[in-house]
Order: sequence, then C-alpha cells, then structure tokens
Amino acid sequence: MPERPLFLERASFRRRRLGDAARVLPVLAAIAMLLPVWWLPKAFSFATGMLALFGFWAVLILSVRLLHRALIRADAAALAETAVLGDAPGTDDATVRNDRDAL
Amino acid sequence: MPFEALVAGCLAYVALLFGVAFAADRAAQRGHVRWLDHPAVYTLSLSVYCSAWTFYGAVGYASRSGLEFATIYIGPTIVFTGAWWGLRRLVRVARMHHVTSIADLISARFGKSNPLAALITLIAVIAATPYIALQLQSVSLSFEVFATQSPNAPKIGGGTALWVAAGLALFAILFGTRNLDADERHHGVVTAIALEAVVKLVAFLALGVFVVWGLADGPGDIVSRISSAAADPSREGWILRPDRWTALNIVSAAAVLTLPRMFQVMVVEAADEERLHVAGWAFPAYLFAMSLFVLPIAVVGAEILPADANPDLYMLTLPQASGQNFLALLVFLGGFSAATSMVVVSAIALATMISNHWLTPLWLFLRRRPAGDDPEDLRGFVLNARRLAIVAVAGAGWVYHQASGGATALAAMGLVAFTGMAQVLPAMLGGLLWRGANRMGAYAGVGIGFALWLALIFLPSIGVGSALSPGPEVDPLTFAIFLSLACNTLAFISLSIFGFPDPVERLQGLSFVNTVQPFSHSRQTRADDRAEPLLAMARRVWGADAALHYFRSRAAAQGKSGYLPDLTPGFLTGLERRLAGSVGAATAHAMIERVAGGMSLTVSDLMEVADEAQRAKEEAQRLETASAELERIARQLREANDKLTALSVQKDAFLGQISHELRTPMTSVRAFSEILSTPDLSDAERMRFAGIIHNEAERLTRLLDDLLDLSVLESGNAQIAVSGANLHDLISRALSATSAIRPERIFTIDRDIPSEHQGVITDSDRLLQVLINVIGNARKYCDAERPELKIRVDRRKKNGPQIDISDNGSGIDIARQSLIFEKFARLNEPSRAGGAGLGLAICREIMTALGGDISYLPGQGGAAFRITLPKRPPAMARTNKS
Repeated sequence: MPERPLFLERASFRRRRLGDAARVLPVLAAIAMLLPVWWLPKAFSFATGMLALFGFWAVLILSVRLLHRALIRADAAALAETAVLGDAPGTDDATVRNDRDAL
Repeated sequence: MPFEALVAGCLAYVALLFGVAFAADRAAQRGHVRWLDHPAVYTLSLSVYCSAWTFYGAVGYASRSGLEFATIYIGPTIVFTGAWWGLRRLVRVARMHHVTSIADLISARFGKSNPLAALITLIAVIAATPYIALQLQSVSLSFEVFATQSPNAPKIGGGTALWVAAGLALFAILFGTRNLDADERHHGVVTAIALEAVVKLVAFLALGVFVVWGLADGPGDIVSRISSAAADPSREGWILRPDRWTALNIVSAAAVLTLPRMFQVMVVEAADEERLHVAGWAFPAYLFAMSLFVLPIAVVGAEILPADANPDLYMLTLPQASGQNFLALLVFLGGFSAATSMVVVSAIALATMISNHWLTPLWLFLRRRPAGDDPEDLRGFVLNARRLAIVAVAGAGWVYHQASGGATALAAMGLVAFTGMAQVLPAMLGGLLWRGANRMGAYAGVGIGFALWLALIFLPSIGVGSALSPGPEVDPLTFAIFLSLACNTLAFISLSIFGFPDPVERLQGLSFVNTVQPFSHSRQTRADDRAEPLLAMARRVWGADAALHYFRSRAAAQGKSGYLPDLTPGFLTGLERRLAGSVGAATAHAMIERVAGGMSLTVSDLMEVADEAQRAKEEAQRLETASAELERIARQLREANDKLTALSVQKDAFLGQISHELRTPMTSVRAFSEILSTPDLSDAERMRFAGIIHNEAERLTRLLDDLLDLSVLESGNAQIAVSGANLHDLISRALSATSAIRPERIFTIDRDIPSEHQGVITDSDRLLQVLINVIGNARKYCDAERPELKIRVDRRKKNGPQIDISDNGSGIDIARQSLIFEKFARLNEPSRAGGAGLGLAICREIMTALGGDISYLPGQGGAAFRITLPKRPPAMARTNKS
C-alpha cells in the first residue's frame, strides 16, 4: 500500500482547489442572501430588492454551473494523470479518499 | 370556459399521466433505463418541492408579505450550491446502505434503532397530513373557481377532494407499490412527476409572460408598479424582517433535505450521485424560473382584480378575468400537477416509512415464531402494508381537509410542515458529519424539537393553544423556529458528548461519516445449516426467484455450487443491507439476527475490526520495510562487488608488477654476477658491482620480508611483545628515523608536546613501525611548497590514545581513499615508485593485531591518518585471562 502522497500533481491539485471552491460557495451564497436584509430591510423589500435578489440568484446559478463543469473536467484530468503515472487506477472513491490529506 | 371541458381536459391529463407512468415502468422492466436515468428527469422530479402551496400560494404569500415568499426557494438554492460536496455525499452514503427513507437513514446511522425511525415517521406523518390536505384543498378550490363561472356546473362540495384523494391513492398504489426491490426506485412515478414538472413550469412562465407583457407594459412598468407599492400603507407587510427572513431561509434549506418527499426523489430515487452535477445548478434554475413572476403577478393581480379576490387564486382568476380561457386551463393543469405530484410522492414516502418502521416491526413482534419457520409471505404483507398506508395517508389528508374546512387555517400549513421536518436536520447532519453523534443525542434532540414544534407551531396552527412570543416586537414563528432548533441541537450535542454508543452504532457511525463501505463485522453464527432459513426469509421478502437468484450468485462468488452460500460475515452483511433496501435497516437487522442468531456485536468485535485494519496496515508497513531493507542490502552488495572488481584488477596488476619488481633486481644480480665472472675487472669495479648486487639482493629481501610480514600478520600469528612506552619517545624516534627520507625537503613539524607524554601499553616496536610508515609516507608524498607535518595526540578517557598525523599536501583523492589500505595499492600508480605499496596494508594489519585501528581522515587539508590504540592490547587481555 503506497503512503498517501504529501503533494499532488498539477491536475489533482487543481481539482482539490476547485473542490474547496465548491465548499466555500454555499457559505458565500448564504451570507450574500442574508446580510443585505439585515442591513437594509426597507430598501431591500421592494423593486430594488427584487432586482438585486434575482440578479444575484442568476449569477449564483451561473457560477454553480461553471464550477461544476470545471470540476467534471478537473476530475477527468486528474484521472488521466493518475492513469499516466501508472498509479492505482483512480476510478474508485478509495483513491480520492486516500489522498484527501494531501495538498 | 365550460366546466365540462375542464373536467374532460383534466381527465385526459390524468389518463396521460397514467399512460406515461405505465410506459416508463414497462421500459424500466425491459432494462431501457437510459433516458429514464437522464439527469434532466432527475432534476425535474426534484420539482416535487414546488407543491400547490408554492404554485398558487406563492402569489398569495407575496401579496401579503412581499419578497419574503422567496425564502421558500432561496434556502434550497443555497443547499444545492453545495451539491458537489454535500448532497453527493448524502446520496452516496444512502445508496451504500440501501436507505429507504429519511427515517431509515437516521435509524441506520444510529445503530439501526427502530424506535428512532418510528419517532421520525410520527413527526413526518403529523407534519404531512395537513400539508396533503392543503393540496386537496387547492385542487377543489381551483375547480370551484371554474364552477362558479359556469352556470350549469354541478355543486362542488367535498366530493372533488375525495375523488382527487382516491385517484391519487390509486396512482400511488399502482406505480409505487408494484415491487419490493432492494433499490426502491419507481421509474413510472418519477417520469410522470418529471412530466408534471414541465407542465407546472410552462404554465407558470406562460402566465408570467402574459402578465408582464400582456397586462402590464413590460418589465419597466412592473418595476415601477412595485416601487410605488413601497409608498402604499397597505403594503406595510412587505417590509422584510431580518430575523424572519433568516429563520425561513434556514427552515426551507432544512426542508429540502428532510421532507419525506424530497428525500424520496433526491436520494432514494437517485441512481447515483452523478446526476447532482446537473441538478446542482438546474434545480436552482427551476426554482428561479418558478419565482421570477410571482411578485409581478401579485402586483398586477391586486390592481386588476377586485379587492375581495383571494390572492391565493390570482393565478387562476387573472387569466379568467382577462378572458384567456386556454391560459387558465393551462394554469389549472399546472396547479393540479403541483398538487398531485406532491401527494403521490408524499404518500409513497410516508407509506414506506409507516410500513417499514411501524407495521412490519409490529407484525414481526406479534407473530414471533421459532426462527425461520414462518411460512407467511412477508413480501405480500409489506406490499399490502404500504398500500394500506397510502390509502391511510391520502384518507387522513381528506379527513383533515373536511374537518378543518376553512381556507385560513390551511394557508400556513406549508410552513408548519417545513418547520416540523426541520427538527430532524440536526440529527441528520450530525449523524453524517460527526462520528461522536449517538442515539441518545438523536432521541433527545428530535424528541425535544418535536415537542416544542408541536406546542409552539403545530397546535396553534390548528387553533389549539396560542403561539408564544417573548414580546410584541418578536415574531412568534421566528421565535418558535429558533427556540425549537436551538434546544434540539443543544440536546443532541450534549447527550452525544456524554453518552457512550453501542458497538453497532459506532460501526455505522464510522461507515456514514467516512463514507466507507459498511464493515462485515465478525458475527458468530450458530451453525452452518442456517443458510436455508435465511434463504426462506429472503424469499418471503423478495419472492422466490429474486431470493434464489441472489443466493446462487453469492454462492457462486464464494466458489460454491448450488443455492446455499457459506454464512461468512461478508455475506451476512451484504444480505442485511439488501434486505434493508426493502424493509428498512432496523427491521432487516432484527430479522437477520433472529434467523442467523447469536450475532450481537460487542466492543471486542469492534476492536477486532480495528485490529484487522491495523494488521493490514502493519503488514503493508512490514513489506515496505522489508523492501527498503532489500534495497539497502542490494546497495551494499553492489558496493562490495565494485570493490572486489577493483581489487581483482589490482591483484592482476600486482602480479605483473611484483614479477617486474622481483625481476628487476634479479636481472641486475644476474647481469652483474656474469660481469663479475669475467676475469679482466679492476678491484674498484669489482667492488662496485658487488655493491650493486648486494643492494639489489637487499631490495629483494626487503620486499620478501614485507610480504612475509604481511602474510604472518594476516594469518593472525603475529607475535606481539607487549611493553610500556612513552608515546612522546616513540614519535620522536619515528621522526628521526624518517628524517633520512628525502632529506632535501625541510618539514615544519607541529607537535603538541605536553599531550604526547603519555604511557602506552602495547608492542612499541610494532607501533613505531606504523608511525615510521605513516610519517615516511608524508615525507615521501607531501607535495606542498612548504611542507608541514602536524601530529596531535588525544587522550581518550575510556580508550587508549588517538594519534592524528596530517600533512599539508594535496592528500589522497576520494576515489582511492578506500583502497589505500589494500595491499599493493601504490602499484596502480607507477609514477610513485619507492616501495612495494605494502606499507599501509602492513600498518593496518599491525593496528588490528594491536587491537587498535588506522584510518584515513578526509577533509583535513592534506593527507591525514588517525591511529587509535586500545587501553590494553588484546594479546595482553588474553594473557591476563588465561
């Protein structure tokens, strides 16, 4: 059983960082949805609020879509990389888990 | 629009739904699941979240509270932005454990505890019944809207709701309880729901476009109308309250995870977690589209329709008032879709929970028989229990609808259901993310949350008691949400911290939190003849063919023929998980336990699981160490081989050289002795030639002496004459003995006299020989312009003295350092003549014989040797002993 790698190849590193982005995104989304109402409940209640809300909502959907596309590509690239390196075939989750601690 | 046309359209739509569901089920049976498994179908099926409450009610909600309606959609949006790491994991874990419902998930996580699942089922049923009643009411209300416009329409009473409830129960029974498969997927239902989702969306968007561009003058006009509402005192309710906004977002985010129907379509019906890649953005986009026109419709509706019109029905009354009959029919079908899909999926999800966690355990308890002897068909019982439960759920909804009767009481029911199921969230999240979460914590958290929700939200909503609020400025609903969730979480965490979970629970916790396959823990089976009763039991649950097929494939996997596999821990765990897919984890666990028997898991079993993992790890570690060791040995061997090769080359060179060395003096001796034999030689010449012969013979003798000396030393037979001597004297003698070598070079001698005065017990002649050799080498080979010789003596406490002799020449290059102590080392370098190259080899042998050592010191700015002596020579130690 090989030791968990301490450092990753470029593609796996990219995938891991995109994964971090996927973790941060919901937190940012929640903050962005909640804070304006706490600060300016009156200004946010009518047309301005509606435009801001739906505008941000659309941006959020778009960014999730882009992020997921990037993640799928990064996954494929990371898989290809491990295959090239002749490492354990990275198709199963075990591989993904095994190097979870690496940066 | 004539009422009859409406009824006809409605019936045609229902027939279409039945047809689609039937076709999808048929296709799935034939294995054509490719398009059924498409991520788009999955995403659309998630829209079961948008029930009639959100379809019709969102506009009403927006009319009363403005933008606050959006919280119902924003919470799920935020949850789905975390689909990649959150929901994917949830789906993966749930599929790994063949989870059948939210209650099953939590019970499986907390040690397959059925009472916990039963409690969660209770909450789900209590929360869902009024919600289902709300759907029935929305359908009957929308029928009424058309009926009141049509003069010859029949009187609409409770009949519509009854018919709708009966029809939906029939649909759910037909397509939801067809099989008892381990994976619990219902292709027919999901496909029909996906179709309904499209109808919902198209209807809503069509009405929105009509309102914005037909009734109003485009988006700009809508924005200005909404802006002017800000000045309207009747719109004071539109001003958002931050605490309420936050609480409702939290509750809707929780609801999308915990509502039984959402869990059913999102987790149970998901083939794998891949479809969340699309749903992660597509479902928020669906919600976005469903809420985009809500506020415009509310504003325009309030302006166009009479003041007493019910805002909850603006969706229908707006197109009707504008004479858009077809649009009204489309909206009606959209609302109908929203209501029916919600009722069908809820009924199926609740029926699964009721049958798995209430009825089946009860039945197994009542019919307790000797293990494995039950002839009854459990499969039939479970399916019938589900059918009964579906009828009961739909019926309860109808009864509730009839009993409450009023529209006002039902309006808030959506939020009541949301807040009820949100009480399950702490246990669910904690169970998935925290290995330390335990069953007592889950009981306490869910129990307290349930009680508070019942007292503060549910009972006041049906007119029993009143909502509690600490002050007039605090919103009662927000207060109740925060209070119940806070107490729930606090109780869950504190009991988890202070409790100690049982082994099954700890195993499950490990499996859930780390997303690893459930362990096949070592169960003690009573005997091997238990396989047959297990097969009988599986047959009762899955039917004969499926059970035989499973058992045979497992036996084949073990390399056995026939239908009865060995009861290995792996087989039992796998069987239990598959059974869990049909009857729930807790029931499956209990059933296996009863039949296979004697399988209670103990802490020592847990330790064994851990030990196995540990052993595997250690084995891997050992192999790794062994291979490192091998590599090291191989490296050493390689080095040794290199050295041997070099030595062999040296030896070959030696043979040539020694022949040469021996032959040169021999040749001179022979030649000069021949000359001597000639008669006409002067005395002087004769003397000279005899002198040459003598010198050459001496050289030969010296060489042969050296060789002899070395072979004696090497054989270990050297005679050691031990005596005491002063090191200072020995060094001085060595220096003076070597002063004749290259006398033209003046050496600066650097000595540390005081430290040299030290007595040594050794063979002083031999030591002197070594010193002379080393110092002589320095004199011979030091190539510095101003040669220096440095001698340092170090008194060591435990051992004898250590003598360092170094010069300031160019030293010996690294490649040769390892060879200089070998015999004939010099011979490789013909340019440096003057000796046979045996000196250092002899030195080393002498030092070994004296029990000391001589080594080359690299990096001293020249050639440097270190001679170390023991306190006593070994020969003396030997003599003392004997």
